[in-house]
Amino acid sequence: MLYNEPSPLETKVLSRRFGLQNSASLDTYLATEGYRAFMKAAGMKPDEIINEVKASNLRGRGGAGFPTGMKWSFVPRTSPKPKYIVVNADESEPGTCKDRVLIENDPHQLIEGVLIAGLAVDSHAGYIYVRGEYRYLIEILEKAIAEAYAKGWLGKNIQGTGFDFDLYTHSGAGAYECGEESALLESLEGKRGIPRIRPPFPAVAGAFQCPTVLNNVETYCAVPAILRDGGAAFAALGVPKAGGTKMTCLTGNINKPGVYELRLGFPVMQMIEEVGGGVRGGRKLKAMIPGGSSCPVLTAAECEGATMDYDSIGARKSMLGSGGVIVMDDQTCMVKAALRIMRFYAHESCGWCIPCREGTTWLKKILVRFHEGGGTRSDIGLIGDISKNMLGRTFCPLGDAAAMPTISIVEKFREEFEAHLDGKPCPFEHVDHMVMA
Amino acid sequence: MTFSPQLEARFEKLLKSYPPGRQRSALVPMLLYAQDEVGSITDELIDEVAARVGVTALQVNEVLSYYSMLHRKPLGKYHVQVCTNISCLLNDGDKLWEHVCKKLGIGHKEVTADGQISIEEVECMGACSWAPAIQVNYDFHHFVTPGKLDEILDGLKEKP
Repeated sequence: MLYNEPSPLETKVLSRRFGLQNSASLDTYLATEGYRAFMKAAGMKPDEIINEVKASNLRGRGGAGFPTGMKWSFVPRTSPKPKYIVVNADESEPGTCKDRVLIENDPHQLIEGVLIAGLAVDSHAGYIYVRGEYRYLIEILEKAIAEAYAKGWLGKNIQGTGFDFDLYTHSGAGAYECGEESALLESLEGKRGIPRIRPPFPAVAGAFQCPTVLNNVETYCAVPAILRDGGAAFAALGVPKAGGTKMTCLTGNINKPGVYELRLGFPVMQMIEEVGGGVRGGRKLKAMIPGGSSCPVLTAAECEGATMDYDSIGARKSMLGSGGVIVMDDQTCMVKAALRIMRFYAHESCGWCIPCREGTTWLKKILVRFHEGGGTRSDIGLIGDISKNMLGRTFCPLGDAAAMPTISIVEKFREEFEAHLDGKPCPFEHVDHMVMA
Repeated sequence: MTFSPQLEARFEKLLKSYPPGRQRSALVPMLLYAQDEVGSITDELIDEVAARVGVTALQVNEVLSYYSMLHRKPLGKYHVQVCTNISCLLNDGDKLWEHVCKKLGIGHKEVTADGQISIEEVECMGACSWAPAIQVNYDFHHFVTPGKLDEILDGLKEKP
């Protein structure tokens, strides 16, 4: 089901079946060009498939934005080991809820994307790693997978193409860290989700130490459209260095929160004002996080003229990330926001490496003290200092994810930290944010 | 231990999902699915799952302590999880959490005296665009207000 009204400003590629009756069923999928891309790909050479994906300028939608076609090309196809396709459906970056709607409304699109990845790297088995909280999505996927097996779209000799593929779901059990690719692979193997040292990268030694393609749900979901309509058509939807659309989650203090599919390069202010209906309650925009809580925050002034793509957001020293847009109005306490974000990372740090484990914990303690009115002037510098000492010094990006938003908040909203000094109460203590009380 | 036929079928399918010799992979999903039926991760369950996937009980313990959804103590029949992470916070998810604590007179990861309801303040659950959100067991509730929360909780009190 759909949780928000679509917007006329959307470019519906991955979400084209949303809202159709029984959109998750195989019949609906087949009636709307479903699995045609797979049949086309089955007649192509692996390199031709990968080149088509390269031509689409598709970049990983989980947050890192790595070019997908290039990632696939790293897999040693001639390796005697089995190869695996792993789907990262451990969606847990705060602000992000797009993979959920993609699976719920169109699970076969994901299955087809996985099958095409299988053809491209000579893989015959795949796993969909779904966060434990998304139990109902596992049921939806299991149903779709069973349907696909029953009608010959999974299993042996799929539709007479001679290609075999088995697909399984795998449930996580509550751990943000498992969204990081190497921690996910550890978790898939029945261990704690501790990141692995790279190299070797998953393309060479991933699941069960075998060559593995590991992408986000949305990335695989883009693949059928690319093979069906051509990489160039997909590329043309976006900006020169990043093709296609982005499932964008509008969250926070906004009138029409929801998941919308917008072409890459969509203007930020138009997204907030027109797609999202503007900041709620007639308040003004104070800040916006463009792609999940690990991205540096942008001020309202920085949002002016920005577009939702890797380069434009990157030029403002933030990241497009996962597409989880967090809109903050002028009554938001940035100290409280920084504290809540840090509480999350301190909770989720796996503890494997010290800069992250200690850094997040100490930052949380300082921010708690600060927000409660016990902060000192030197704490403001200390927050930035600890954060900068975490950057780039951890095995996986969780340390960076905690440091980056914190540095940006303390640098861009220093005056709000100062307003909490000398025992003064939080200026935004009594603000009501409730949607409909 | 004996499990329901549905759970046994699930285990059987899981154990067949991984490459030969990699049955340990089934560990985390098996623990979570079993917890849904047993109520918590008991010592007996640890031994049972350890034997089925071919690891020691110590190894199971080591793994399960990492995952926030795996609980060693029994939860209420209905586990109410309130998200207070950033997108929910911006929609007063923290006030919702205070409201549920006050109404039930219990705190984080505590259970009501009758064992019916437990509550937990949780991290992002992937309902950010429909905040504030809660989950009751695995069911999502979106755009939750204190009034709506009261209705949900009142409904759970008598629910079999």
